[in-house]
Amino acid sequence: MDIVKLSALEIREKIYNKELSARDVVKAHLEQIEKKEKDIHAFISLNKEEALKSADKIDSKVRNGEELGVLVGMTIGIKDNIVTKDSKTTCGSKMLENFHSPYDATVIETIKKSDGIILGKTNMDEFAMGSSTETSYFGDTKNPVNMELVPGGSSGGSAASVKSNEVTLSLGTDTGGSIRQPASYCDVVGIKPSYGLVSRYGVVSMANTLDTVGVFGRDVLDAALMLSAISGYDKKDSTSVKSPNGTVIIGKDVKKVDPTEYIKGMKIGVPKEIFMEEIDKRVQEKLNKAMKVFESLGAHIEEVSLPHLKYGLSTYHIISTAEISSNLARFDGVRYGYRAKEYTTLDELYVNSRSEAFGEEVKRRIMLGTYYLSKGHGMDYYKKALKLRTLIIEDFGKVFKDQDIILTPTSPVLPFELGKTKKEPLTKDLTSLFTSPVNLAGLCAMSVPCGTIEGLPFGLQIIGDKFKEANIIRAGLGFEGGMRNGL
Amino acid sequence: MGYKTIIGLEIHVELATKTKMFCSCTNAFGGEANTHCCPVCIGLPGSMPVINKTAIEYAIRAGIGFNSSINAKTKMDRKNYFYADLVKGYQISQDDIPICEGGYIEIEMQDNIKKIHLQRIHIEEDTGKLTHTTDGDTLIDYNRSGVPLIEIVTKPEMNTPEEARLFLEKLRATLKYIGVSDCKMEEGSLRCDVNINVVDLETGAKTNITEIKNLNSFRGAVKAMEYEEKRHISLLKEGKNTVKETRRWDEVKNQTITMREKGGVADYRFAVDGDMAPIEIENDWIEEIRSNLPELPHAKKERFIREYELSEYDSGVLTASKALSIFFEETIKYIDDSKLVSNWIMGDVLRRLKDEEVEIEDTNLNPKSLAELISLVKSDKINNNTGKKVLKEMFDTGKDPETIVKEQGLIQIRDEGAIREIVEKILDENEQSIIDYKNGKDRAIGFLVGQIMKASKGKANPQLVNKMVIDMINER
Repeated sequence: MDIVKLSALEIREKIYNKELSARDVVKAHLEQIEKKEKDIHAFISLNKEEALKSADKIDSKVRNGEELGVLVGMTIGIKDNIVTKDSKTTCGSKMLENFHSPYDATVIETIKKSDGIILGKTNMDEFAMGSSTETSYFGDTKNPVNMELVPGGSSGGSAASVKSNEVTLSLGTDTGGSIRQPASYCDVVGIKPSYGLVSRYGVVSMANTLDTVGVFGRDVLDAALMLSAISGYDKKDSTSVKSPNGTVIIGKDVKKVDPTEYIKGMKIGVPKEIFMEEIDKRVQEKLNKAMKVFESLGAHIEEVSLPHLKYGLSTYHIISTAEISSNLARFDGVRYGYRAKEYTTLDELYVNSRSEAFGEEVKRRIMLGTYYLSKGHGMDYYKKALKLRTLIIEDFGKVFKDQDIILTPTSPVLPFELGKTKKEPLTKDLTSLFTSPVNLAGLCAMSVPCGTIEGLPFGLQIIGDKFKEANIIRAGLGFEGGMRNGL
Repeated sequence: MGYKTIIGLEIHVELATKTKMFCSCTNAFGGEANTHCCPVCIGLPGSMPVINKTAIEYAIRAGIGFNSSINAKTKMDRKNYFYADLVKGYQISQDDIPICEGGYIEIEMQDNIKKIHLQRIHIEEDTGKLTHTTDGDTLIDYNRSGVPLIEIVTKPEMNTPEEARLFLEKLRATLKYIGVSDCKMEEGSLRCDVNINVVDLETGAKTNITEIKNLNSFRGAVKAMEYEEKRHISLLKEGKNTVKETRRWDEVKNQTITMREKGGVADYRFAVDGDMAPIEIENDWIEEIRSNLPELPHAKKERFIREYELSEYDSGVLTASKALSIFFEETIKYIDDSKLVSNWIMGDVLRRLKDEEVEIEDTNLNPKSLAELISLVKSDKINNNTGKKVLKEMFDTGKDPETIVKEQGLIQIRDEGAIREIVEKILDENEQSIIDYKNGKDRAIGFLVGQIMKASKGKANPQLVNKMVIDMINER
């Protein structure tokens, strides 16, 4: 039995049945990490000692017949912008190279309480800004599918760690596509929940009205299981929601069923804009094929329209950078993080520390965002973007009156080679064409593997209405099953 | 024609909530540096604010107290700027929709009542505190970081430093009445910035507005305004203008000093703070707060006139401070003589408070002891002058009057035999005075009485002494 290839559900069952000990599980994954990490580099830091300790604790619980948490024995990678007491939290930046949080994020507390085992902190684009994980201060992460390719980003380390079987599950964050796009590029499942479903307390803000915490798994069920575990109201996060419909996304007693059971009668909208834009024809074809899979499983597919989709990227760009400029102001070298060695005045302390410790992409976005919040033209753009955001929300609202889910490609851009976009920062942004509007509207979405295009992984995005996670998971389970059955 | 001074004030008031604005750290003043802190109020990565409902309630109380309108929908915004006392690179404040708008405070001038209008009251968080050491280091204490504040902004409607002082007194009294702040300027729980300029009524020429900061007392504020008023006028006289700048009041040099020039309007890049939902204030809640609001100064003054038959002036003084009005009402619970109690408080008690620049609650005096003292005087156990001495002792030591009287043997001598002995002795020693009196110099009696009182250590009943001196001289 190859432990690292087991699904989260299988591991849980085997621990329940005492076929496996948590220590076996952790050791197998640590060995896998030992084997893979020098090539993949999915992690910034590892948590070996603590992981073995938690495993032993779980094993003694099993021996004593104590109740076990829902994530029991599951090895988990945590994106390095989610704060943890047991290890550093760098955000992939020189700024926080040695930053040690004195507290755990709420999702970390939840994982620990649920008997999940944190193996380490995963690599990411600096402060989650990027779509290739190449802006990390700690080096690139390779795509386990093809080492020449980027893993996507910003949660590239989390996606790669799951794909390479270094962990069973991982947490990422998604502000404009940072879970779904790397999931798509690394051929795994990634879910970005509705804004407010999962607590952001302890998650270092990038653009705080768009940021969400989500999950990666090698199949839909694993990802859904993990998402169920971390969902729920948190009084420390004023934007988390008290009792959204369907907080319990998936029960304890899930069983694999015939995919048609999930899909039959489902109403699916596909935006016509995807076929009208200058979108890669191969991508459009692939979407057509995916639609056929759903149809053959008994879904009703209808063409819908998202007229403001074309403004999504610009709107996202303005709102996210504006929020970034404010959220990253606290990294000033005064209380924690990097401080320049040379300075004589307070202003110099700020300027030198921030100039020396932030990478180019971060600086670029801070400067743009500062402009968009400034009086005059800048603020005009920002206010316009806020209006467009409302229009985009309304577009989705209209579609969801009649449809259960919306299908799009996760990314219009196929996985690209490492180093390719370093010189052309704006082309990377195109990857979030279909993902960022979902964040603007606070909806939930999943990227689910949908085969390959000329050997390159392709992900299908399933978008659901706010707090209708159950719909995208049903759709994902059905589609996954359909693909497995060779449809 | 002359000059017209224009003064507007911005007042920051720390709200006396138990916990800070966005976390559960204590909002107690002081404490060892950086001990009243948590990830939220020092702005650690990942931390998020959760708004303190009591702070909002207090802001609404203030709004009701100052006749403002309360916005049904408001929100928290970020004011972005960098400073070492600011932990997040932005201050959570309110920009375009403050919690309260409008309102006014009435100040009582010599012969009329003037309404000073408010522009707005908004909620925000306080910053940390910087201490610059002599060797050039700056120490930062974040205990104050995240303490809830309201900022009250007036319209520029005050025309003399005295009007500004009256406004500040009334503002402080009202805030203390409604119980939202202890308003201690020395602890920084009430801070005041002044905007001032002067218009030449003849030419219409106006000076640029000067902002004065670092005012630690009302007295300092008045002095600073008076100083600035003169400075602006003398510049106008020379045909010059002031620089648009921020100045601070230097208490030692007794003058204002340039802090920084205001080059253009600062751009704080205000934007809504997405970490908190918009705040909706239901009318029912406002009404509930209104109905639970303590009696305000004006209503109390009217009631004192009615209930205790005090003069308008006395009632006004007694109700100007919440603590003083409570002290008065507590005292008359022990001695049913409102006029006498009012006289004592209006006289010696207030004089003492004024001399020491303290509030009644900061002294050793308590209502029960004051009532006992007044009873001692009223029942002639001690005389009025002794009473005053005892009061001083009560302020100094906090002892109750009975103890002081007993310890110092101050019980009034009403025993004629005892007084007779002293009078006898003094008369023997002052033959000349007796002669003077008999020659029609009435002043001599005053001298003799003084000597007798002195000899009795002030304990002899003065009326009795007066009567006996004359009787006994006549007997000689």
